[in-house]
Amino acid sequence: MSDAPALVVENLSLAIGPAGLVDGVGFQVAPGEVMAIVGESGCGKSVTAQAIMRLLPDAIRQTGGRILLGGRDISAIPERAMRAVRGQLMSMIFQEPQAALDPLTTVGSQIAEALRQPLGRVRGEVLRMLRDVGISDPERRIDQHPFELSGGMCQRIMIASALISRPAVLIADEPTTALDVTIQAQILDLLRRLAIERQTAVVLITHDMGVVADIADRVAVMYAGRIAEAGPTAEIFAAPRHPYTALLLASIPRLSDVPKSKLAVIEGRVPSPSEYGPGCRFASRCPRADARCAAETPPLRPLGDGRLTACFHAEAMA
Amino acid sequence: MSARFSPGIVLILLLLAAFVLAAAGADLLSPADPLRQSLLLRLREPGFASRTATYWLGTDDLGRDLLSRILYGARASLLVAALSVSVSLVVGTALGLLAGWFRGWTAVLIMRFVDTMLSIPAILLAVLTVAVLGPGFLKLVMVLGLTRWPRYTRVAYAATLQVAGLPYIKAAEMAGCGATRILWRHILPNIAGPLMVVATSEFGLMILFEAGLSFLGLGIQPPYPSWGSIMSAGRQYVTRAWWLTVFPGACLFVLVLCVNLFGDWLRDRVDPRSRGR
Repeated sequence: MSDAPALVVENLSLAIGPAGLVDGVGFQVAPGEVMAIVGESGCGKSVTAQAIMRLLPDAIRQTGGRILLGGRDISAIPERAMRAVRGQLMSMIFQEPQAALDPLTTVGSQIAEALRQPLGRVRGEVLRMLRDVGISDPERRIDQHPFELSGGMCQRIMIASALISRPAVLIADEPTTALDVTIQAQILDLLRRLAIERQTAVVLITHDMGVVADIADRVAVMYAGRIAEAGPTAEIFAAPRHPYTALLLASIPRLSDVPKSKLAVIEGRVPSPSEYGPGCRFASRCPRADARCAAETPPLRPLGDGRLTACFHAEAMA
Repeated sequence: MSARFSPGIVLILLLLAAFVLAAAGADLLSPADPLRQSLLLRLREPGFASRTATYWLGTDDLGRDLLSRILYGARASLLVAALSVSVSLVVGTALGLLAGWFRGWTAVLIMRFVDTMLSIPAILLAVLTVAVLGPGFLKLVMVLGLTRWPRYTRVAYAATLQVAGLPYIKAAEMAGCGATRILWRHILPNIAGPLMVVATSEFGLMILFEAGLSFLGLGIQPPYPSWGSIMSAGRQYVTRAWWLTVFPGACLFVLVLCVNLFGDWLRDRVDPRSRGR
């Protein structure tokens, strides 16, 4: 994993009207690596993904930062050039696989579309890809419509269509949220395997710590538009150094919990972008917050073990 | 499949097929030349047999065989309706797709134009245009086609807005598809259902418009037969020769009824939510 990163996001800032949504988010992903962005709804993880694909809703603007794909800044290239990037150098898969496939087009044609070829000309290649994503009986499936397939199979089709052009980067926005748990594990295994085999850099957007633990090499925990903590998954799960990460991990219910014991929760709610103050955005819910936290923004700083944390009390948590 | 076809819809489809066959095979089915006049055989009642031929539906004021004229009239009706529906379907859908996809100023311009068109009574516009340009088969088609597109635009616009927001269109965009490809390959097939329903109901209207304009002398020109012009000529003789107005009128009624019922059935098939409404 010492290769040059496939994707670098530097200091990305997004705003809706005057309110900042995402504030100075940065990370990088190496080929073959799975990097998870985890956070609650509204923390800015999905708009970050949309900003990387340059398909933000009309109201949201990028106010700063760079997105480097293979060393080239794509945040300022013309839309025409961007279309050559999408689907070729960078692909995306979504939460609802069945809704993300055109109901009237056969799955084979939809995969072929990613190659910008009619199905007839690339049928062999599509069949190979279908086999690669674990679709049984691909000769029959290739001519079927999405409604004839299960949700898990549709997600495999989406993955096939996203990866067939061998993009350097795959963005997976909650790829398993709509699937049931056993299928979820299979899809995650598949993503993991394909990422390594094809040396694809995967950015995995999720709210599920379990998914992160399953397949992510590294993780960035986002809170209210900023990165709270980032680093290797194993280390962050073993010893969180940001109170938010710690509380998130503590709030996962476990089988070993005493039956009928109260679920651990984080009190309060995520502030909305219009309520962002000068200090740490987690301060109002943080058990360790003091006067400094409310007044000053803690910088995202390295702690030496390959991890970055944005908390004044990181050392105290060790 | 058989469960989806009730006896009623089978009857309607059979009747429609009969009309289409009658129109297409008018040359073969007609017992006589629809244009051949015989003043000795004027206004004969249905079933009248001369020495050489039987006039099943009687003859008109110029002694022409009414059955033959009705068969050829069906051809005029269906051709005009089919062509003008095609013209308005293509124009209306294209504008609706553009408005729904680009939104913003494009949509404002197109949709305000649609509102303007819809506020002009179509039949009046058609009458005016024919009065200025003169009558003729192609002019009739163009006049009907180019006055009736706004309904398709409205439906296509609304459906495009809806479909364009669905994840699979976003996915196509993410895959790098251009606007043309998305509109043609992904949006158009997915909004075709409601457009077909509109086209069917418009088809019935077009048949009525053609008959109406021909009745007024602005559509198909004599001596060529059209149900409208046959009825128009028969109007003067309605007390002496009821068959001249009743038979073409009945054909018109049954055909338009069948088309409309077919349209309703199609709508139920395309949109299950409208069932039982």
